[in-house]
Amino acid sequence: MATWKKLIVPIAITPILLLLAYGFKTNPRQVPSPLVGNSAPPFALSSFDGGTPGLEQLRGTAIVLNFWASWCFPACFEEAPALEAAWRAYKDRGVMVIGVDIQDREADAKAFIERFKLSFPNGPDPQGRMSIDYGVYGVPETFFINREGKIHYKHVGALTQGILTTKIEEML
Amino acid sequence: MISTLGRFTLALALGIAIYGAIVSILGARRRKPALIESGRGAVFAVFGLATFAVLLMEAALVGRDFSIQYVARNGSLGTPLLYTVIAMWGALEGSILLWIWILALMSLLAVVMEGKRNREAIPYATAVLLCISAFFLFLAAFPANPFAAIFPPPADGRGPNPLLQNHPLMAIHPPCLYAGYVGWSVPYAFAMAALMTGRLGEEWIRTVRRWSIVAWGFLTVGVILGGWWSYEVLGWGGYWAWDPVENASLLPWLTGTAFLHSIMIQERRKMLKVWNLALIITTFALTIFGTFLTRSGILSSVHAFSESTIGPLFLAFIGVILLVSFGFLAYRSDGLKAEGDLDSLVSRETAFLMNNLLLLGFAFAVFLGTLFPLISEAVRGVKVSVGEPFFNKVNVPIGLVLIFLMAIGPLIAWRRASLESLRRNFSLPLLLAFLGTGVSSILGVRGLYPLLAFSLAMFAAATVIQEFAWGVRARRRISGEGYLTALSNLTRRSRRRYGGLIVHLGVVLVVIGITASTVFRLEKEVSLKRGESMHLGRYEVRFDDLTAWQEAHRFVVQGTFTVLNSNRQVAEMRPSKRFYASEQQPIGTVDVRSTPREDLYLILSSFTQDGASATLKVLIRPLVMWIWIGGAVMALGAFVAIWPDRRVLAAEPVKERVAWQPGRS
Repeated sequence: MATWKKLIVPIAITPILLLLAYGFKTNPRQVPSPLVGNSAPPFALSSFDGGTPGLEQLRGTAIVLNFWASWCFPACFEEAPALEAAWRAYKDRGVMVIGVDIQDREADAKAFIERFKLSFPNGPDPQGRMSIDYGVYGVPETFFINREGKIHYKHVGALTQGILTTKIEEML
Repeated sequence: MISTLGRFTLALALGIAIYGAIVSILGARRRKPALIESGRGAVFAVFGLATFAVLLMEAALVGRDFSIQYVARNGSLGTPLLYTVIAMWGALEGSILLWIWILALMSLLAVVMEGKRNREAIPYATAVLLCISAFFLFLAAFPANPFAAIFPPPADGRGPNPLLQNHPLMAIHPPCLYAGYVGWSVPYAFAMAALMTGRLGEEWIRTVRRWSIVAWGFLTVGVILGGWWSYEVLGWGGYWAWDPVENASLLPWLTGTAFLHSIMIQERRKMLKVWNLALIITTFALTIFGTFLTRSGILSSVHAFSESTIGPLFLAFIGVILLVSFGFLAYRSDGLKAEGDLDSLVSRETAFLMNNLLLLGFAFAVFLGTLFPLISEAVRGVKVSVGEPFFNKVNVPIGLVLIFLMAIGPLIAWRRASLESLRRNFSLPLLLAFLGTGVSSILGVRGLYPLLAFSLAMFAAATVIQEFAWGVRARRRISGEGYLTALSNLTRRSRRRYGGLIVHLGVVLVVIGITASTVFRLEKEVSLKRGESMHLGRYEVRFDDLTAWQEAHRFVVQGTFTVLNSNRQVAEMRPSKRFYASEQQPIGTVDVRSTPREDLYLILSSFTQDGASATLKVLIRPLVMWIWIGGAVMALGAFVAIWPDRRVLAAEPVKERVAWQPGRS
């Protein structure tokens, strides 16, 4: 066999190995949402306390739309206090925090709200329509919707105080 | 206690595997039988220690010893016994332990069964097998130790992943798949032994062909069971999603299938020697690649285990395998010149060559599609996902040509087929294929690919059945046997040939099942109030009730639906949703009513909290059952092909010499 033929295999293999090695640096679970930068799908929630916050009425307000469930432990439990704190800090500056409870039982959801003393509006998504419109894959997921009604940022997993503050400030 | 003992066992096995590999090579090079014998002993010792480690793990799981991290993460007090036992292969560390055990078992069988026939090759094969064992034992002894302790032990464990405790198929799908992956180590080891010793005659081919069929059979069953599990558990109504890890199991199957066919050319015509060695090396490397994909977390997949640090080690291992193996191949290439030549384009050799090129093309497309997201991100920095449309567009036409070749390959003559033999062999099947196309078209099959799929399947089935029928007729004419006796004697006389034909029949069933269930698929999603019905196909589905209850580890919401067919009740089906405390998403549990004609598949999508209405997704998928049956037929064919036959074994040397004669087998 000629020398160049003997070199074919290493030449073919090396880029594949390098490519796979590159794979260690990437995070395959981080999938950019196609919604980011586009108009947020309209919604009208009937919250547990009787209010009906909807996207239309909130035009001009920055919205933090958080999808959660009472059975989502520990992530939803971790972020609930941070959400409440952000709501208290920013509600007078034109920011709305809204919680959407998905795939849950009402009693459990209310106990969750009670446990974390959540004072922002929270409501169920009975037919799962909102989750589908927003392409929610799991809980928690949070959409930051700016004053023009466009999705500014999507966060997957538990929020922290830092992320909330940064992203809300960006929208104001 | 178990933790210490387990870690010690794995470390000891690792030491013995390394020792055994070294003494085997030394013994073979210096011609010291005592060292070779010692290497053989190491194979026995590694098997004994691996068995002990598996038993220890099971003792820890069943005894719910939460001081072991693996048990704390994958077992729990409330998990039923079956799922506790099989939790051993539910997560990374345990699955590597199972892998080690299967490899140790296969190595042992190979050393014992081939020891007498392959004196020259066996020490080298032993060394290769022990090196592979050593790699996995190293993983288990250090970065992915299943016996790592946790302190203080928790009061209860987290339990296995809910998806993995939802269906008993979990008990057999992974072990079969692993056996299919691991099984290729043995043919690879003998191929490497042939390369190392330079004895590149036909001995290694004879040794590996049976082992390859064993590995191939397990891999086939593993892949089909994986599809079945996905269909029954994941609740999306499909059985194959071109998920990276599914693709990873298909890749060695494709190259392995190519190998099983191309070694026949080498046996008969002494051609394709380099090609066959390259195929076996590639197949083995792809089995390791498959394991790597599942365990490195570099691609997103439903199968991905938790991320771990073993990815780079796997990658290094793959690199070493490829470079060393192909290095040897290049070194020996001068001794691998083909002794035969292609005589005619219309011959079995050509059919097999085409089959090989297409299978490799198929494999390359799957490989490229699987890695494309990574390529795109590396080169352009853009995240993409490659889905069904790509794979189907590329692979369906290749698959159709493969079915055509599958039909003609076994019947066409070696070297050169005469027009007369072509006419005799194919006129009836062709006629049936045309008739079949007409019938499918009347039944409502539209489109080029579906019609081609059905007619080619018909063609292939007809050739197989005709071959059996002619064989039986000939035997009956000579010996006057009954039909069944003639059939069984016929099969016994040439197991590999008729086993292979049975496999082809299985493939035909799988193709028909896939085509029908894709083309004639009906699906509808509706919200129903209690007492309301919906219609789909021949069925009426009525929503009767919604109930909920708490179980030890989960909360279950279940709908009750009555299924009617022309106003006659045919079934009551109960799809449900299960909520696990430890999971972010509820797990849907589908209810499937399978009949040979079609499957009715119910998914409970959502429900209102008062239970007054439910959203239901209903699918009708015709002939799905025939995919699983086809898989079983393929396994049966493989089984027939490897079943040992004493008479043939005794007569083997003579048979090989005449076997190079031209003409039909």
